[in-house]
This record gives sequence, structure tokens and C-alpha cells, in this order.
Amino acid sequence: MAVSGALLVLFLFAHAAGNLKIFVGETDFDHYAEWLRELGTPLLPHAWFLWIQRVGLLVAIGLHIWAAAALTIRARKARPVKYAHRPKVQGSYAARTMRWGGVIIVLFVIWHILDLTLGTVNPAGGDSVPSARVVEGFAPDRWYVTLFYVLAVVAVGFHLRHGIWSAARTMGQQTIKGERRAKAIALTLSVILVAMYLSVPIAVMTGLVG
Amino acid sequence: MDIKVRVWRQPGPSAAGKMVTYDVKGISPDASFLEMIDVLNETLILDGDDPIAFDHDCREGICGMCSMVVNGVAHGPEKATTVCQLHMRKFSDGDVIDVEPWRAAAFPVIKDLVVDRSAFDQIIQAGGYITAPTGTAPDAHATPVPKKDADAAFEAATCIGCGACVAACPNGSSMLFTAAKIAHLGLMPQGQPERDSRVIDMLQAQDDAGFGGCTNAGECTTVCPKGIPLSLIGRLNSDYRKAISKN
Repeated sequence: MAVSGALLVLFLFAHAAGNLKIFVGETDFDHYAEWLRELGTPLLPHAWFLWIQRVGLLVAIGLHIWAAAALTIRARKARPVKYAHRPKVQGSYAARTMRWGGVIIVLFVIWHILDLTLGTVNPAGGDSVPSARVVEGFAPDRWYVTLFYVLAVVAVGFHLRHGIWSAARTMGQQTIKGERRAKAIALTLSVILVAMYLSVPIAVMTGLVG
Repeated sequence: MDIKVRVWRQPGPSAAGKMVTYDVKGISPDASFLEMIDVLNETLILDGDDPIAFDHDCREGICGMCSMVVNGVAHGPEKATTVCQLHMRKFSDGDVIDVEPWRAAAFPVIKDLVVDRSAFDQIIQAGGYITAPTGTAPDAHATPVPKKDADAAFEAATCIGCGACVAACPNGSSMLFTAAKIAHLGLMPQGQPERDSRVIDMLQAQDDAGFGGCTNAGECTTVCPKGIPLSLIGRLNSDYRKAISKN
């Protein structure tokens, strides 16, 4: 859970940083997308870096889901008779929404790839330049898509708020002072990441970009 | 004060159970929660009914026998307190109070509110010991222990093994209990020889007993009558990582 999650968090930050390129200019954003395909050349053939990264991500996601499913199955087996009276778990909202939050994030990632990577469900289509897919995808009349995007990004934020701290604990973080620090770092990183991701659709919606 | 209690009644390990409502009248606010059940049991006995079976021993919060989930919270609403030390003044006149046994596959119900906690004994047997020469007890100061370590080990050693952590955990995990034992022994010089095998064997015993996996939800520590800190789970994880990297 911790190791695969850490890899995915690293990717999320790299992806978010790339997104911000759109504020430099739409052509710069398209150049960045092209650069991703040229990364590693001539050592690697065209787009190989991207595919290696995609395979790596799929493995990390697979391991992450496998570990989560194993934990969920064990939890179900460990309490076959439920409590008649069970108040909300006293831990954080983030901690108790890890499982369903994770499912929502997976569904979002599928939509996100169809929308902005493949362009299948994007008004600009698959043959368009990446910046066109962003600008047309988050156009004001597609507000429901943007809303889904915002909710999913916030879900990622909650997921990481518990996830980053929990990963630190799994790797052996064990002091009370360190626990406070790890929780603060998890919250800060989550807020920064959510802000980075939300800035793009908000900029398109308000006409700052496009 | 007059209250209603809804109690889990189950005649035996394989029998079906259900919540049964009882009226309890004229209870003193100074009565403990267990005394309230004693009073209820007296009326049940007089009526020719089977009294409610529940575990208890010292009734002063140090033995770890009492085990009830009161209104969905292990040991009831008062923090860092066993249910035997919970008093009726924490409730109001007319309250309906739900009382259930610990719910975990590894803690099967024997009768009513009594569960079999021998799964904890299996975890202890797997590694909760040190190797020490038998015979005359060594002088207390024969092995120097830094004060900081002694205090931390003592804090972990206050775990009374009641099982509230398992009862509260959304995953039914016994990680806080095991972590307390790992820290209690692993912080002392006497606990070093088995430090690696202890964490591996105790975790294996915990998995074999049918406890769930830890997701750091933190429920355990909020209900723990001894306030065992969640950070000890990090210590267990660290010990485990070091132990498996050596083997």
C-alpha cells in the first residue's frame, strides 16, 4: 500500500507540474506534451519513455488495488457479525473514506483518460492538440464534466491526506512529534496538489486560459 | 434514575442472538455500569430468567476482563476508562443504552456479552516472552535501562489486553495490542535477543487467529482504556521491516 502509493503520489506531482504549463501558453503546453514523447530519445525510441511510465503506473495501481482489496476482504472476515449500534468512526473523514474514495478515483481516472488523453469523449476529439482538449473539455457548457473533475480531485486530496501519513506510519514513523509532523506534511501536500489540479479547469471556466 | 438497556442475548456459542430491551428503574447515578447490570440481573433471577452473562474481575480498571461495547463504543463514552469504571452519572434519566459484546471473528461469543479472547494468548505465546535464566531473581539494577526507555516500555506495558482495540477497529485488527507488546519488550535490553523473531512470529499469530489488517484508522487508541499510543504501531512496522530485511 505504502510503496505503490508513494510512486503514484510522485506521478501526481509530476503530472500537476506539467499541467501548470498551460499558464505559460497553449503552444508551450503542447510543446511540453510533445517533449514527454521525446524524453529519453535518442536512447529510447519515440514515446517509449511515456509507455514505460504508463506500464510502471499500471503495475503500481494494480498492486495498490490488490493490497486494498486484500485488506478489505480481511476486514470483512474479521467482523462477521456487525454492531447493532455503531456511531461514525471517530478517526478522520479521510481515513474512513479511503475505500470508496479509491473506487471513485479509479472511475475518474478511466473517464479522465477517455476525455483528455484519448479524446474519445472530448468535444475536440482525439486528433486535436492537447491544449484544445483542455480548453474545450472544460468549456463552461460542459460544467458537469468540470464538476466531476473537481469532486474527483478533492477525493484524491482526502485520499492523500490519510494516505501519505499512513504510508509514513507503515514505513516505521513512530514518534508522537513525528506523527504530528507527518500529518501536517500530508495535509500540506494534499492541499498543494488539489490547488495545482483545480487551477487549470478554473482558469478555463473563467476564461483566463483559452 | 430510570433507563432502558438493549442487551445482546445469545444463549451459547452457536446459538442465534438478538438485542433484548430491559427496563432498569431506580439506579443510583453513583452506581458503576457493571453494578447497574448486577441490579438488572438480580431482577432477572427473581423473575426466573437467565441473568446476563458478562466478564468482570477486579472492577478497578486494571485486570482487562470487562468488555462491553456501550452505544457502539468499546468500554463506553468515557475516555481512557474501562467499562467497570464507567458510572451511570455519565448517562441521563430515560436514556436507552445499547450493550453489545466485542465483535470479532477471532473473539467468538461464548454467551451474551462474554467472548473468548484466547486469540490474544496465542499472539503472546508466539513471541511475547524473553529468555531469562531461572533461579534467583537478578538484582533490579543489574541491567541498567535508560530512564526514557523504561518510561516508554512501562507506558506500553500498561496494556491490560482487554481487546477494546479489536472491538473498535473498523478492520477488526489487533495491531495496537501486538504493537504494545512489541514495544514493551523491545524497548528493554532483556527483550533484544528475540526482537526480530518476536515481531515476525506475533504478526503471523495475529494473522492466523483471523484478525484484520491495520489501516492506521486510529480508532483503537481512542477507545483504549490505557491510552496506548498509536505511534507504537509505527514502531512495530519499523521492527518488522528491519526483521524481514535481515532474514
